[in-house]
Amino acid sequence: MNWQMLTLVGEDRPGIVARVTDALYKGGCILGETSMIRLGGNFTIMMMVNGGQSEQALASYIAPVAEQLRLRFHLDPMHGGLHQHRIPNFQVRVNGADRAGIIASVTGVLAGCGFNILELDSDVVGSTDKPVYIMTIEGYAEAGLEVLESALNQLESEEIDVHVSSIETLIG
Amino acid sequence: MAILEILKLPDPRLKEVAEDVVHFDRELHRFVADLEETRQAGPAAVGIAAPQAGRWQRIIIIDCSTTGKPVPNHGRLILVNPEITDWDGFALGREGCLSVPDYTGNVIRAARIKLRAHDPRGELQAYEMEGFEARALQHEVDHLDGILFIDRLVSRRTDLFQRKVYQKGGNRKKQV
Repeated sequence: MNWQMLTLVGEDRPGIVARVTDALYKGGCILGETSMIRLGGNFTIMMMVNGGQSEQALASYIAPVAEQLRLRFHLDPMHGGLHQHRIPNFQVRVNGADRAGIIASVTGVLAGCGFNILELDSDVVGSTDKPVYIMTIEGYAEAGLEVLESALNQLESEEIDVHVSSIETLIG
Repeated sequence: MAILEILKLPDPRLKEVAEDVVHFDRELHRFVADLEETRQAGPAAVGIAAPQAGRWQRIIIIDCSTTGKPVPNHGRLILVNPEITDWDGFALGREGCLSVPDYTGNVIRAARIKLRAHDPRGELQAYEMEGFEARALQHEVDHLDGILFIDRLVSRRTDLFQRKVYQKGGNRKKQV
């Protein structure tokens, strides 16, 4: 199946998901994996869409809804498909005073260990004058826990707490 | 011995509540042997429950002795008519299921439990479990009540998870 990655973003309001997915459904599309979340007052959607149709056809289903809801959208043909999940074996949790470069420094260290990020979410919380940064990363690495711990020690001089722990997924 | 067919989502029979075992006979022992063979034939399952194999009786097997990172465990346990009698604490962990292929998610479980169950001969036993083994036990007992782990999924963004993990301290904590 030839999937398209549909990206939509715009000011959050009730009904975005319902309107967008209804338009796709009526266009004969099926949906695969999706990620939808509110970020900074915007609603963001990344969605695998397949209608066995051209990019232009898919765009024609979305465009009217996007215009009405003032959403920007983008379509990209994508390789791959469903059932390609990878189970994370490590979780990294980061928190500290917000400042530029936290993601870059932490993920740079992880990349150096061959750590494949499968999911990352981060938020700026606290107050306007004392913002606090919180980030959770799940991913897969062949390297052992000790290797990751040792590598993350490089960040010791920075004003952040970093925890790494292994994930033992239960199958039952 | 035989490898039994595993019922998979969305089979509605996974929602049925299992009944107590009454007869601890050879037929039960034969089924338990098949159930264990089925568990071992699957993708590294630490537990299995009879309803997953199409038998709605309260029988489960757990074995947390072979996890990647060793955890406190009682070895392989065949538990008939298991009953959790006490719960303590909570923890969030990642689970998957033979009956829900290709998906894993986070579930909150009691961190420590007390349990009584019959062994395959009908003798009543008592256990105390913690951590991963307690999680496995709760996952399997849920199957006996027609509950899947996807019925208990929570968001990784939950405040509960953040606090719990922080309290545990993970394996590394660095203060500025």
